[in-house]
Amino acid sequence: MAIASALFLLIGSFLCISGGVGILRFPDFYSRMHAVGVAETLATAMILIGLILHNPDFFVDIKLMIILIMTLFISPTASHALASAAMRNDLLLQEND
Amino acid sequence: MKDLLAVIMLLGIYGLLSASFFVVMDAVDVAFTEASVGAGISTLLMLVTISMTGRSEHPVRHKPLLALAVVIFTGGLLIYGTLDMPYFGLAEAPIHQHVAPRYINDSMQEIGVPNIVTSVLASYRAFDTFGEVVVIFTAGIGVLALLSVARRRDDATKIESLNMSMHEKHLILRIVTKILIPFILLFALYVQFHGDYGPGGGFQAGVIFAAAIFLYTMLFGMSTARRVINQSLTQLLAAIGVLLYGSVGVVSLLNGKNFLDYSVLATDPVAGQHLGILLIELGVGITVASIMIIIFFNFAARIEDQQNKEN
Repeated sequence: MAIASALFLLIGSFLCISGGVGILRFPDFYSRMHAVGVAETLATAMILIGLILHNPDFFVDIKLMIILIMTLFISPTASHALASAAMRNDLLLQEND
Repeated sequence: MKDLLAVIMLLGIYGLLSASFFVVMDAVDVAFTEASVGAGISTLLMLVTISMTGRSEHPVRHKPLLALAVVIFTGGLLIYGTLDMPYFGLAEAPIHQHVAPRYINDSMQEIGVPNIVTSVLASYRAFDTFGEVVVIFTAGIGVLALLSVARRRDDATKIESLNMSMHEKHLILRIVTKILIPFILLFALYVQFHGDYGPGGGFQAGVIFAAAIFLYTMLFGMSTARRVINQSLTQLLAAIGVLLYGSVGVVSLLNGKNFLDYSVLATDPVAGQHLGILLIELGVGITVASIMIIIFFNFAARIEDQQNKEN
């Protein structure tokens, strides 16, 4: 159980960092947002699953699970709102030179 | 920084970060307040404000040297003042000697509420909290007096067509919000009534409740929201919250105890404290939620008016 939780936490942290690298390294708005949006959702899910496995208390697990479900709803929606706002303001994809 | 949007975002991030360091210092109640008020609602209200005033700062013509000098001088005085303060976390510091031991040792017998912060906030220092609620109430009155605009009745068909156009634009957001709003409202009620046992209380609950309504207003339009949320009822509720708080105090006065001494509210003093804390937290929650809604609606109505004039 401890190993599984550590593994999940490790994957989650790795995804967080890769999302952070993505926001710094990618060239334009949409790909940056994609890097963070995708990586962050999975990373949060992984970290929360790791914490659920780590914690034996039933009620804490339930609360963490509720947070997990909420994040799965909210995070992609936030990315969508960001992207559609950019689209509406005519922010175009950057062409490769 | 010239871009005010970036400034506001930084302010929100700062609020969230300070909430995290409050958690690290085991002050969960303060952290909760900071996260909901500092990072949440004040950022939102500032965003509404800049959507009215414009996003970029006006170029400054005068030299801000005098202001800088004043800030440096006051800052220097404050830092000089901290030199006399006891070292951080020192056990002999007056703050740990004066009333804190009594709160920690006796609050369970006197108040009977597991969350000491709630018992300090709502019972020992209830008069201070009353002052805070009145300040919020005054802020709401100020916004009403300065910004409220007389409204014409909205045309029903116009609302319908606006609603449809927004429906196409915000389809995904609307559906997700519809799923989330009941949970947000439920969470606000949980925070409100669980404040005796865990972090939370009237202030946080009111703000969370108001945030759910802001979300609804932003995605379904002002005119629809105005149909759902009755403005005069909200104003009435804001006053009722303060009145509820004050009348609890008056009841204890009439029973021959100090203002806001809840032990007279029931035969058992501890049960009286429970009831009193529940009532005043309810008053706080109602006032905070209604005032936030009033401020937001008045700001948003101004923006709407501006847009109507431009068209």
